Amino acid sequence: MSMLEFENVEVFYGKIQALRGMSIRVEEGEIVSLLGNNGAGKTTTLSTASAIVKANSGRISFAGSDITRAKPWDVVAGGLIHVPEGRRIFSTLTVAENLQLGGYMVKERGAVAKRMKEVYEMLPLLAERRNQQGGTLSGGEQQMLAIGRALIAGPRMLMLDEPSMGLAPLIVAQVMEVIKGVNANGTTVLLVEQNARAALKITSRGYVIEGGATTMTGTGPELLADSRIVEAYLGA
Amino acid sequence: MTQLIWNGLFVGSFYALVALGYSMVYGIIKLLNFAHGDIYMLGAFIGFAMLTSVGVIPASLSITALLIVLLLVMISTGAIGVAIERVAYRPLRNSPRLAVLITAVGASFTLEYGVAAMAGPNPRVFPVRLEGQTFDILGARISAPQIVLMVVAVILMLGLNSYVQRTSMGRAMRAIALDPKGSLLMGINVNKVITWTFFIGSALAGAAGVMAGAYYGKIDFLMGFIIGLKAFTAAVIGGIGNIKGAMLGGLLLGLLEAFGSQWLGGQWRDVFTFAVLILFLTLKPTGLLGERVTERV
Repeated sequence: MSMLEFENVEVFYGKIQALRGMSIRVEEGEIVSLLGNNGAGKTTTLSTASAIVKANSGRISFAGSDITRAKPWDVVAGGLIHVPEGRRIFSTLTVAENLQLGGYMVKERGAVAKRMKEVYEMLPLLAERRNQQGGTLSGGEQQMLAIGRALIAGPRMLMLDEPSMGLAPLIVAQVMEVIKGVNANGTTVLLVEQNARAALKITSRGYVIEGGATTMTGTGPELLADSRIVEAYLGA
Repeated sequence: MTQLIWNGLFVGSFYALVALGYSMVYGIIKLLNFAHGDIYMLGAFIGFAMLTSVGVIPASLSITALLIVLLLVMISTGAIGVAIERVAYRPLRNSPRLAVLITAVGASFTLEYGVAAMAGPNPRVFPVRLEGQTFDILGARISAPQIVLMVVAVILMLGLNSYVQRTSMGRAMRAIALDPKGSLLMGINVNKVITWTFFIGSALAGAAGVMAGAYYGKIDFLMGFIIGLKAFTAAVIGGIGNIKGAMLGGLLLGLLEAFGSQWLGGQWRDVFTFAVLILFLTLKPTGLLGERVTERV
């Protein structure tokens, strides 16, 4: 079953068109990357899926239901979680409070506490800092917190926007490992990355986006081998 | 001296209760809700209407009656606050801040002159007074109902504080204050949280209105104007947007006023208050508890 599907989605910011007939499809269990330059429409694609931005036309479906006109909280309740660009950690709230907020929509009693324990086991550095304000963490730690917070929601699919941004190569590798681990546990992943090399290494498929639409698609190894990709996004 | 401190704390707790709503609303939608002081006035008038409608209340039951009325008034003013947000502020959520500010001034006048039209422009005498048995505590004369009301005010403030600190809804409020867009990604229904914030803030202001009516003994349709400005001052002193700051600022302002009037004479009280406001805005605009966090990116 396809998990997330965009069919011909168009988005305007005022008069500026950000998405021009965006069509992508993410199958259950995949890690799919969106590659492209600044302003290509990668972030808009994620924001439209999470209903922060409204689609002017086209159709978006998630796990079989139409979410084109859904509210952001309905999307979260459905299990599609967006880890935004710049992490958006609540800076004066503690690490633990940030995690609890990730479970804001979780109805099941005790589920949040249980998942928090799992996240602390998976990311022990967060456990050490659970009572520290989120804003005092380093960039890498904040990224881990952002991912951990998304996991508390019990996602069926994670959308991560530039998780490697501003991080040292070693930390990028750690973040990618975490994402791979999350995927191995059954969560579908849609990954937006400037760091195409790091992304494609863990990716099952990728889309190249230009001017608000996809221009190329292929498996991770295919894209890594494509000379146009190498020139445009990986540096020769 | 103790009498001054007591009076200051008592009046300060009204300021604190009103400042809380001011500060919470500012924290969450960055709006200076100028109509907030008028909710306090409405609280006093609704309380007045309820107390007079039951007829003469024997002095022995006055505090019980007052507490029941307090609860009912809180529910009513809370609902009115929610209605004002729906009608006057929500449609302008994405408009320039100035537009909403002017609407808030409009809402303030609507409430003031609406009450003047319905209840008449003349001051009313509040049917319940805070008299009764007095105690001498460290040289200050305090009446039993005053103590009861003070306790109620403290309970409301502590209750609010732990609500905001401990519950899921409280966390959502703090999250929205920090980052409304990020909160949407957590699945927080921002509209619901804003509605609830207006309810709580307006309920507290209504409670302060009833308490002030009983304390001063006289209510009029403009009584919310000056207290609105003072609550704003209290919120600024404490650090606007900060819950504990609003409580601290309110109590501190009450004390400052009590001592200021003692030293300079009662006619200088408001001058003193607003001089403090100007002082804070120029010297420490973030207030006493205004937060500054070291952000690492």
